[in-house]
Amino acid sequence: MNIPRVTVIDYGVGNLLSVQRGLEHCGAHVTLTSDAEQILSASRIVLPGVGAFQNGMQALEKLGLIEVIQEVANRKIPLLGICLGMQLLLTESEEFGLTKGLGLIPGRVIPVPTLTLNGETQKIPHIGWSSLQYSNIEKKWDGSVLHDNQPGSAAYFVHSFMAIPDLGEHRIADCIYGGHRVPAVIACDQISGCQFHPEKSGEVGLKVLRRFISL
Amino acid sequence: MKNIRLIARLDIKGPNLIKGIHLEGLRVIGSPSEHALRYYLQGVDELIYMDCVASLYGRNHLDEIVKAAAKDIFVPMTVGGGIRSIKDATQILRSGADKVAVNTAAVANPQLITDISRRFGSQCMVLSIEAKQVGVDQWEVYTDNGRERTGLDVVTWAKRGVILGAGEILLTSVDREGTRKGFDLALVKAVTSQVSVPVIASGGMGKPEDLLSVVCESDADAVAMADILHYKRSDIGHIRVVAQKAGLGVRQYEHS
Repeated sequence: MNIPRVTVIDYGVGNLLSVQRGLEHCGAHVTLTSDAEQILSASRIVLPGVGAFQNGMQALEKLGLIEVIQEVANRKIPLLGICLGMQLLLTESEEFGLTKGLGLIPGRVIPVPTLTLNGETQKIPHIGWSSLQYSNIEKKWDGSVLHDNQPGSAAYFVHSFMAIPDLGEHRIADCIYGGHRVPAVIACDQISGCQFHPEKSGEVGLKVLRRFISL
Repeated sequence: MKNIRLIARLDIKGPNLIKGIHLEGLRVIGSPSEHALRYYLQGVDELIYMDCVASLYGRNHLDEIVKAAAKDIFVPMTVGGGIRSIKDATQILRSGADKVAVNTAAVANPQLITDISRRFGSQCMVLSIEAKQVGVDQWEVYTDNGRERTGLDVVTWAKRGVILGAGEILLTSVDREGTRKGFDLALVKAVTSQVSVPVIASGGMGKPEDLLSVVCESDADAVAMADILHYKRSDIGHIRVVAQKAGLGVRQYEHS
């Protein structure tokens, strides 16, 4: 049997152990690396990350990985961005002034609204379990990393910013926070992004990882 | 409607899961990993690990326990007990923890709250407060697992902790802890009414219905449970149903 191989990009941002353990639990062989050659020869890539957008891009730049990731994305190698890693996929972010992202999915990262739809102050960051819903009722989740999950399933979120693709077709799933629709999963061809933490979202998250390693 | 989080709390001494009454008279329950896995499979929303002798002896056993848990448990984990520095926090986060809970070291050096919050984000910094009632609607902060007095007022300290950068408060009633008498509703209300961050009520859950009052009357955002789970007097699945039937928001959980 072929063991699926996943290369997790280690750029000094976030807790990689949990991501690694989650993928391993799903049957993958995991390599953590910041080495350009290894990333260029990967068959599947996970871009994890927590923290500020600018720090994330600076860390990737320092390691010379921005062009490397863009290159593997061009080659249609499955790529999954998690949390900050999802946000980095977009064109730019408003966090601490405008910062350029990887530009793999057209769109912008903006703050999670500080007011609910009813105008009440809401807690930022958005932390906790939120239910996932179809972004597009016709498209559903067929073929996406959420393929094996049902709407209403809850996943674990920790974030202050949200990634808004320019095109509606790139939105797969949303969660609702304070009445606002917040993108939970985005995708463009073989590139996917997950705002929640699949490695901390119980069986729902493991289904996402299993689906990703079967791509 | 916000979702109430159902949290299992595991107090650890050396390699063992233990349980006391008023945080004292510790009794060995068994293997932390077996219990943690059971709660995970029941659908627990988070886990809290507390090394209850770490402050006393200045050591930390939790690292290995947390690392092992990260192999088969995929929900957020908060880890506390003996965290004194950024270095300690870094270590435990690298082992698979998502948040650190700090009590004794934060009282001794409040700057630590700010340092951890700046370095890892406020969502990572849980201020753990051990509270003992000292008068009508008055509670004092204790440290070292309920052993040492501090002279600090709980509500004042909670407010200060949030200003310093705490993203969440784990509020343990030493008076109720292990007694099965229900939560200290007045204590929890006193804190939730004064701080903007989520408050986890801990100590005293005797029956599933106890969580309803602490959420509805005292506005707890999350409930930490130990005794009720460890002694199998109830389980997460049943508690979730009780909460749902009462109209509380809880995570929709499907068994795999």
